Formats: sequence, C-alpha cells, structure tokens
Amino acid sequence: MTKVPPDLLSGDRSMGAPLVPKQTRAQAFWQLFRQNRLAMAGLMIFVVFFFVALTGLVLTSGRAPFLDPAQVRLQEKLRPPLSNPHLESLTPEEAPLLGVYVLGTDDLGRDVFARMLQGAWVSLTVGFVAVGISVFIGIFMGGIAGFFGESHVRVDHLLSILIACTGAGVMAGGGLISGTVILLLGLGLFAYALFRRKAATTGPVPVWLRALNRETLSVDTVIMRLVDIMLCFPSFFLILTVVALLPASIYNIMIVIGLTSWMGAARFVRAEFLSLREQDFVTAARALGVGSFRIIFRHMMPNAMAPVLVSATIGIASAILTEAGLSFLGFGVPPPHATWGNILSDGKGFIFDAPWLTFVPGLAILVVVLSFNLFGEGLRDALNPKLRERS
Amino acid sequence: MLSFIGRSIMQKIITLFFVSVVSFLIIHLAPGEPSQVDPLNPKFTPEMVERFQKAFHLDEPLHVQYLYFYRDLFTGKTVSWKDNQSVLWKIWERFLNSLPLFVVGTLITWTLSFPVGIRAAIFRGGLYDRSTTFFSYLLISIPGFFFAYVLIIFVVNTFHVPVIGMETFGLGEATWPNALMDRVWHLLLPSVLGATGGIAVLSRYVRGQMLEVEGQDYVRTAKAKGLPPEQVHYKHALRNALLPFVTMFGLILPGLIGGSVIIESIFSWPGMGRMAYEAILARDYAVILTVNFMSAVLVLAGTFVSDLLYLVVDPRIRL
Repeated sequence: MTKVPPDLLSGDRSMGAPLVPKQTRAQAFWQLFRQNRLAMAGLMIFVVFFFVALTGLVLTSGRAPFLDPAQVRLQEKLRPPLSNPHLESLTPEEAPLLGVYVLGTDDLGRDVFARMLQGAWVSLTVGFVAVGISVFIGIFMGGIAGFFGESHVRVDHLLSILIACTGAGVMAGGGLISGTVILLLGLGLFAYALFRRKAATTGPVPVWLRALNRETLSVDTVIMRLVDIMLCFPSFFLILTVVALLPASIYNIMIVIGLTSWMGAARFVRAEFLSLREQDFVTAARALGVGSFRIIFRHMMPNAMAPVLVSATIGIASAILTEAGLSFLGFGVPPPHATWGNILSDGKGFIFDAPWLTFVPGLAILVVVLSFNLFGEGLRDALNPKLRERS
Repeated sequence: MLSFIGRSIMQKIITLFFVSVVSFLIIHLAPGEPSQVDPLNPKFTPEMVERFQKAFHLDEPLHVQYLYFYRDLFTGKTVSWKDNQSVLWKIWERFLNSLPLFVVGTLITWTLSFPVGIRAAIFRGGLYDRSTTFFSYLLISIPGFFFAYVLIIFVVNTFHVPVIGMETFGLGEATWPNALMDRVWHLLLPSVLGATGGIAVLSRYVRGQMLEVEGQDYVRTAKAKGLPPEQVHYKHALRNALLPFVTMFGLILPGLIGGSVIIESIFSWPGMGRMAYEAILARDYAVILTVNFMSAVLVLAGTFVSDLLYLVVDPRIRL
C-alpha cells in the first residue's frame, strides 16, 4: 500500500460533513495579497494619502481655515523648506500655523504645505470620481454588449433614436419647446419599441410593420464599433480640447476624463460576460425564471468584477496624472485654488532658485500614482485564479 | 485574404465617418465661439465678426458647415482661421520638427526595452528582475513634466549646456561640429522623455512574452538535450517571443502625429503637439479638426497594418 499524505486522510474523515472551504475567498485573497510587499506598500501609501487629503480638506477650507493656502506674504517669498518665518514682519494671523514653513513658500510667499494639503483633495476626488464614471459607463456598455449582444437592433429602434436626435438638434438650434417635445417623443417611442414584443399575429403582417421589424445590426456590433470610434481619438488631446472649450471647473475635468476612458472597462466586462453567460449557474438561474437584470447584477456581475477592479485602480493612477498634466498646462481648477499640477507649474520659473517648488508636488504625484499602480498590479496577481491554485 | 482586406477597409471608413461627425459635433456644440476669443479687441467690430463668420461659413447650419469643412479638407484647401495659412502646410512644417523627436524616442524605446525585458525574463525573480520591475513602475508613474524639470536641472547643472528650444539662439557662425552637438543636446532630453513611458511598458511586455515562451515544452526539450543556454534563449525562445512585436510596428504609427503637448511646451519645441495646443487656445477649429482627423486615420491605418502583418508573419492565422 502506498503512503497516504496526512491532509488527505483528514479530508477523508470529514467526508460526511458538508464541504465548506477552509477559508473564504476574501481570506484567500488577503493571504495572497499580503505576500506581495510592493502592493502592500502601495496600499499603505494609499491609506495615508486618503487621510492626508481628508485632513487637508478640513484644515484648508472654510471661511477662516487653520492653514490658509491663499495667504500672500510678499516679504516671505521663496523661503526654503523648514525655514523659520520672520515673525517681526508678519501679523499674527499671517504666521504659519506650525511656526515653520514645513515645505517652504512660493513666489508670492504662500505656504506650500497648506497648498499641497489643499491640492491633495483635488487629486483624490478627480481620481475616484473620473474612474467611477468610466467604470459605470464601462460596466453598462460591456454588460449590454455581453449579455444582450446577440439580439439585433430593429429598424423601429433606429427610427425612434433618429427622432430623439432630431429633437436634440432642434433644441440646440434654438427651438426649445418644439425640440423638447420631439426629443421626449423619440425617447418614448424608443422605450415602447424596446419592450414591444414581436406581435404573434396570425393574419398577414402589413408591409410597414414588417419593415419596422427588420433586424439590422447586432447590439454587440453597435457597442463594439462605438468603442472603436472612441479609441480613435487621441485621448489627451481630446480631453484638452473639451476642457479648454468648457468653462474652467474641476467637475468638467472629472466628467471628461470619465467619458473618455470607459472603453477598457467595457471590453473587460463584455469578455467576462461572454464566457459567464454560457456557464451552468446562469442557465440554472434562467431556468428558475430569474429576470435578466437580476441575473446580470446579482449573479454575473460579482464574477466579472476582478479585471474591472484592477483596471479601475490603474485608471485612478492615470486619471491623477492626466489631471496634474491639465492643471500644469493651466486648465482645470481656477487659480486661487491649489492643485499639485499648478503648484509645479507656478514654480517652473524658479527651478534653479527654488527647486522645492518642483520637487515637492512632483514627488507627491509620483508617490501617489506609484502607490495606485503597485496596488493595482498586486490586485491583479492576487485575483488571478492561476496564482491562487499554486499557493 | 482579399475579402478580409476589403471588409476591414470598409469597416474603417465607416468608423472614420463617425469619428469625423463626433469630433465635429464636440467642437461646434461646446460653448464659446471662435469670434469671441478676444472680445475686448477694439478691432473686432461687429462687421468684422460678421465677415469672419461669412468667410468660414459659421452662419450656416451645422450639417452644411460639416460638408463645407470636409470638402475643403479632402481638396486640401482648408485654411487656418487664425492666420489664413493652409492647414496642411502648417501641419507638414510642424511634423518635420516633431519627426526627429519621434524617431529618436522610438529608437531609444525599442533598443532599450528588448535587452532589459529579455534579461529580466531569463533571471526571473532575481534581483535584476525585481529592480527593473520596480523601476518600470516608477517610470510609468512619474509625471512627464516633473521628470522633465528633474532632467533639466540635472543636465544643466552637470554639463552646463542649454537644452530649451530646438537650437541655441544666435549660433550663426559656429563650426558644424559645434552646431551638431548643440542640436544633439537639444534633441536628447525631449526624446528621452518621450521614450520613458514606452520603455517601461514595452520592457514589461517583452518580459511577459519571453516568460510565456520559456515555459513551453520545446524550450524544455532544447534545455534537456543539452544546448547551451544562449542558444536556447536567443534561438528557440526569443524568435518565437518576437511574433507579437512585429504587429506593434503598426501601432506606433499614431505616435507620428501625436507629439506630446506637455513636453513640447516645456522645451519650447515647435512641433505638432504645441501647434495643436495653440490651436485649441485660439479656437482654430480648422486646425483642431484636421489634426484630430489625421490622427484617427493613423490609428485606423495602424491597426490595419498590424492585422496584415499578423497575417503575414503567423501562418497559423487564416481569415
């Protein structure tokens, strides 16, 4: 007889007991993730950054902030980091809170530490909101393409969309009331056409109804061609164009970055859905009479989230970089408000006299973006089922 | 094969049409008008504005404007709204300035990434692999403008050479070696910066491809029959790992017209990116739309070329 390994024996003993995995999925994931030191460092930095941004928001906003990032002290300009203020030339409320310029001052004598704290919140929100928008659109588009991909767009769908577009065009052209009416009519027709079943009439179908029922393209084709179209645009250039044309505001940047970066998430979700749709648990759910939307969101989505989560984490990193680049070029948040990009941009005239104005925001962006990238890569490794089996 | 080419070209033309419509709509429906860029300028009388609008068909409905614009583009008659110069000529001029950056940057990327990626894959898990992994994350994460200033500070303080612009101003009667070195110094930093992201991504990709091939059975067989490691790595593994990279030649096409806006404005380099940036600031719709259209054409042409190359290189793929 061959020797049986002891763990197999113990497994044998509990044969009668229900098969409960020794650890939950989250525990297995955490155990694998913890071994990756770089990814853990990324997570730590992210948590620290989150709290710094939060305290920064509390300390620098309001009518009388503790640390005023807009406080100009012209007699104290370009002081290096950790230098003591000349208290005799400042009024008490102008003096820095900590008694020292922790990160120096800029060319107007503003405290760089306070400005960095204020900018942290901008970077954080831009990253999360932009990626939130893009993931939302991506899941929606990818989910529809993956789940309903085989059904076809009918002529009546196209017609109603055309009516709605005409309405929008009329609205943009000036005819507000008539435009709205046409737009709503188109949308209503579209909603009706979407839920209209092909009437199982026994008699001869009239020609116009047959023409309306004709199927053209599959939903999958339409959405994937849309992805192709979006991928044709040079993304930074497109973002720059739109942001330059729209009024300066942080929300516009978030929305524009979100609207131009959903294609990756859509492709991932579609690919996952195409394989999940064929699996037994979905067939079982359908056999039980579960509705499409419940199958999508309750059964399939949790299984399709892993690649989306990874690409979202890395997407946050690139959204922060894009925002920094835009505010470096002078777009985005209007001037008195500090962002890391425009602190660096303001300091670019003094790179040899005041290098801290370049290095402080630059290193901050680098560290935060790096932490998101490392965290995302660690997530990818830990969520990879191949690696999980091996350990 | 022929039917694949025909189908794919048809598909790309349709995509291009939609791209042109969408970009046209984005530009024209955004708030703000080109005639309002400089409302305080006393020369901008209402009559001027009206003449301006008439000259560029801005008083017509949108779809007519669209037809006018693309008719002009295809007959090569588009003029910039800012200075009435031919747009294609302007782009050509700037393209010639951006071309050296693109060529040097691409060369740096491809010559550096392959040795780095291959070595990292061969010594998988070693110190070299781990440090290049971390280093490539660092390069992906560093903001280009920050890295630019770090490099400027370093190069200027160490070598005492000017780096901003395409050449040093007033170098009229310099001998040719001096002039050449001057050009090289000016070219070096922006092209290195343009290559950083590419090096990081491409070397990781090379490493991944190499690792995949090194795990194949025929590589193990080659090792088992006692071939020297160099022959196994470079003859058996590398040749098969190279396959996907042939297709990447097509994908670098769009970079031709991209030109980084940020790097070119830091280095005052009069290239494509800077021209596009200036056009955006001046609301020069003709230039913006033309650049957009051309880059969409290049993206589509790039994917087409890479599909074709795949067909040629990999006999297993039959369409």
